[in-house]
Amino acid sequence: MTLAVAARLARRELRGGLRGFRIFLACLALGVAAIAAVGLVKSSIQAGLEREGAALLGGDAQARFTYRFARPEERAWLEKNALRVSETVNFRSMAVAGPAGEEERALTQIRAVDDLYPLVGRAKLAPDIPLAQALAGHNGRPGAVMERALVDRLDLQTGDHFRLGTQEFVLGAVLIRYPDNGSGGFGLGPRTIVLLDDLADSGLLVEGTLFNSEYRIDLPPEADLDALQAEIEVEFAQSGMDWRDARRGADGAERFIDRLGSFLVLIGLSGLAVGGVGVSAAVRAWLAGRVETVATLRTLGATGAMIFQVYFLQVAVISVLGIVIGLVLGAAIPLALAGVITASLPIPAAFALYPLPLIEAALYGALTALIFTLWPLARVEDIRAATLFRDAFAAGRLLPRARYLIATALLVGALVGAAILFSGTLWLTLSTLGGIAGALVLLVLAAAGARWLAQRLRPRAVGRPGLRLALAAIGARGGETTSVVLSLGLGLSVLAAVGQIDGNLRAAIVEELPLEAPSYFFVDIQPDQIAAFRDRVENDPAVHRTESAPMLRGIITQINGRPAAEVAGNSWVIRGDRGVTYSADPPPGTTITQGQWWPADYVGEPLVSFSEEEALEIGLAIGDTVTVNILGREITARVASFRVVNFETAGIGFVLSMNPAALAGAPHSWIATVYSTPQAEGPILRDLADAFPNITAIRIRDAVEQVARIVAGISSATRYGAGATLVTGFLVLMGAAAAGNRARLFESAVLRTLGATRGAMLWSFALRAALLGLAAGAVALTAGLLGGWAVMTFVMDTDFAVIWPNALGVVLGGMMVTMLAGLVFAWPSLSARPAQVLRARE
Amino acid sequence: MKVAFMSEPVLSLRDVRLSLQGNAGPVDILRGVTLDIDPGISVGLVGPSGSGKSSLLMLMGGLERATGGTITALGQDLTALGEDGLARFRRANMGVVFQSFHLIPTMTALENVATPLELAGARDALARARAELHAVGLAAREDHYPAQLSGGEQQRVALARASVSRPRILLADEPTGNLDEANGQAIMRLLFDLRDRHGATLILVTHAPELAAACDRIVRLRDGRIDAGLRAAAE
Repeated sequence: MTLAVAARLARRELRGGLRGFRIFLACLALGVAAIAAVGLVKSSIQAGLEREGAALLGGDAQARFTYRFARPEERAWLEKNALRVSETVNFRSMAVAGPAGEEERALTQIRAVDDLYPLVGRAKLAPDIPLAQALAGHNGRPGAVMERALVDRLDLQTGDHFRLGTQEFVLGAVLIRYPDNGSGGFGLGPRTIVLLDDLADSGLLVEGTLFNSEYRIDLPPEADLDALQAEIEVEFAQSGMDWRDARRGADGAERFIDRLGSFLVLIGLSGLAVGGVGVSAAVRAWLAGRVETVATLRTLGATGAMIFQVYFLQVAVISVLGIVIGLVLGAAIPLALAGVITASLPIPAAFALYPLPLIEAALYGALTALIFTLWPLARVEDIRAATLFRDAFAAGRLLPRARYLIATALLVGALVGAAILFSGTLWLTLSTLGGIAGALVLLVLAAAGARWLAQRLRPRAVGRPGLRLALAAIGARGGETTSVVLSLGLGLSVLAAVGQIDGNLRAAIVEELPLEAPSYFFVDIQPDQIAAFRDRVENDPAVHRTESAPMLRGIITQINGRPAAEVAGNSWVIRGDRGVTYSADPPPGTTITQGQWWPADYVGEPLVSFSEEEALEIGLAIGDTVTVNILGREITARVASFRVVNFETAGIGFVLSMNPAALAGAPHSWIATVYSTPQAEGPILRDLADAFPNITAIRIRDAVEQVARIVAGISSATRYGAGATLVTGFLVLMGAAAAGNRARLFESAVLRTLGATRGAMLWSFALRAALLGLAAGAVALTAGLLGGWAVMTFVMDTDFAVIWPNALGVVLGGMMVTMLAGLVFAWPSLSARPAQVLRARE
Repeated sequence: MKVAFMSEPVLSLRDVRLSLQGNAGPVDILRGVTLDIDPGISVGLVGPSGSGKSSLLMLMGGLERATGGTITALGQDLTALGEDGLARFRRANMGVVFQSFHLIPTMTALENVATPLELAGARDALARARAELHAVGLAAREDHYPAQLSGGEQQRVALARASVSRPRILLADEPTGNLDEANGQAIMRLLFDLRDRHGATLILVTHAPELAAACDRIVRLRDGRIDAGLRAAAE
């Protein structure tokens, strides 16, 4: 009954239109739209990955072997279950082109394929010819296709010749797209596709070459993927076979997108929080204009609860409107840009109206609106009828009644719970939301501090009325200080943190690392080549250091006889294959932290020295046993020692090092690092590549730049997220400036009556805005530096240095934006005639 | 009266017109006012509501722009000055008191009074403001904000603010309009006392007969014109 009356009263009040609610609507709509858009793109990519799982995988399922081909029994099992089996081999090598003496060399990821490739989809080439035709070759030379980056690097044209190892190929076409790219991860070089049979005389793919073989299969329609997987796990459990079916065609990409998407949604929540500040301010201003109506309703007998309902219902209607606008925008923008987004993504996306991200955004919007409007709404209960006769609003209560405090706490809990549920990551959510909450608290304190400071400094502004007016406005209770500092500060904080993290990461990757990193990594050096290789590099005066080690690859399958995953969980050490080496003596500079290295001539039970950090991470102790699958052979070794391995220097670092006898007879190759001056890099590469055509050189600088590009991509995605927060902040800022406009108009009119010029007034307004922007910028800087430091120190485990240009840019940007918003609104007050303004007040 | 003829008028209005844009088209507020005001006298602008008295006062203070005619104050043609020129002129020569006081809410009483002096670059602004507050009987209230003062006290602060820079022209728009009788009387006494002590020309708009009666001269307005029937009597 009361609710019906309240609804009727609310409807009558709403007839007045949406005046005063524009900022409210814009803030809520923008926040919801940003979250909905990010969520929708994320869902579209996930759906795309799922839909095109088979194409991404290049078949219905795939069996992958590291460092070896499938054994006959494995091949037989595949043939038995599949309609067709296609064999491909992946490895890195050097492509060489150009006339003798002036050859160009470039690292390439070779995919050697059979006639059946690709089982699903087709390779797109330029010119648009079938792959088989491009690989057929010309004049007795086999054909190959290469990605554009490599073609350009080697300055090739279709029909030109180039070499892989000792085999000459003719470039049949440029490779534009190929189906099974999703599972490849981030390769270190552009792709070259050749026929496997054509590599027979290349000198590549010999014993010890680092390669993996993949067997993609077509399954009959009735095939049961679960049953097949279960059978594999029983029959080939210890074989090192990596089995994957189309249901998780691009596992790594999916996980990456999921994480990045969740993180961006959380950043979007910071935008919604800023929007909440604007919503709260808008509701407060709106209610301040309703005091007389509320007092009249009180006089006519309305209870506090009834009045709360009347205004709560109105806010609810406006909130629903804002959320709906946000959802429409958040869905329409990604759908409208679907073509552009799809074209710029390296992975497929299936754009459609997915309900889940929209529900998520709507829920966040509703909770935020409730959290931020409850307190101002709670205050309408405190307006008394006497307000009509005396100017007695603001009945001194600092906090709302207990029931509103409890409701707010529950709503915040629900928001955090929903964020954890939707993102699926407890720690990422808690740390991001914790960071946002921390920044908000810091900003509230900063606003209070700015007001306190302004009050204290004001008496010192004798003789400078412009400055005093600015300080008085900043120090005033209920003024715009809190809104401005909060709204701008949070967006700037996120931007500052992203800037610091990004800058530090890049510095760590690009600038600092190469100083102590080798120039080249050489892989696939055959055991019979290593002596000549060392001889060449160690006698070169331009080379100041080299390292070399035998290299095998293996997967840790068991720890103390139990499946490794049971013992070590999800640690990266047991995920996929790791490099394994052997050595009679500890390499120079090795620090043994526990246990002992084996004697040089040791031939007993296999022993392993484990990298200390990783050993502790998976809970190993000296004396434990570790079973490693190397080329299908299980080797169980006892942990004899822990040693310090530094993976940050880009030098040679192995998690596992065994005694030589343990790996005797296992085919392997050597890897080497060469540290030289940049000028000597070219000649060394030329020399070594001529002498040993099969070896592959990886230029560290190229690899590092590749990683830096990925980091840059993530940073810019995060920056867009922070950008949405900033735009919301700017809206709130405009709202605050608009709300303060009446006061400014009046101040300006009075001061001009007293003889102030417009220039002096403009100076005062600019000063006020700049001081507020400075406060917001300073907090953003503190929060950004703290966030950046925390991420670099605790997550990235590396040094932190302040990126000053970015830091100062944030503070200056904050000042400029506030000044801009302040002056846009101040300008009309300067052109209005004092008489009109003052008359309107009377 | 003879004195007035012997010296230059402080304010001289010639065929002053004012039209404002209303919802239903332009509204003629003043329809050709010609008036000279001699130095040192007090003038009461009276007339029914809507007759244009306040608008005329605002024009005299350069707070409003005339749509026609000329206004000369202390020999300066106000219609030839820009907004900032007018502000500087007021700073040097005029004090204005409003019916609604128009104190700046974020400043204390003392700061409100000191502001015109500070705008004029006076070094002893605070000391002079304090003395002026003392003169209007508010020495104990100098650190109070407008919201902490009664209506009468606020108007006294406004008076102190208008007179602190010793203007030659004091304009007051219904200065007792928002006050009870006792406070109205007190403000009236203060206003004339200030005029007497500093020799300013006082021009005030009022509905209060006793306040008008205290003036040396009464100018009555009706429908935007000076009421000719009473003009002679007033002079």
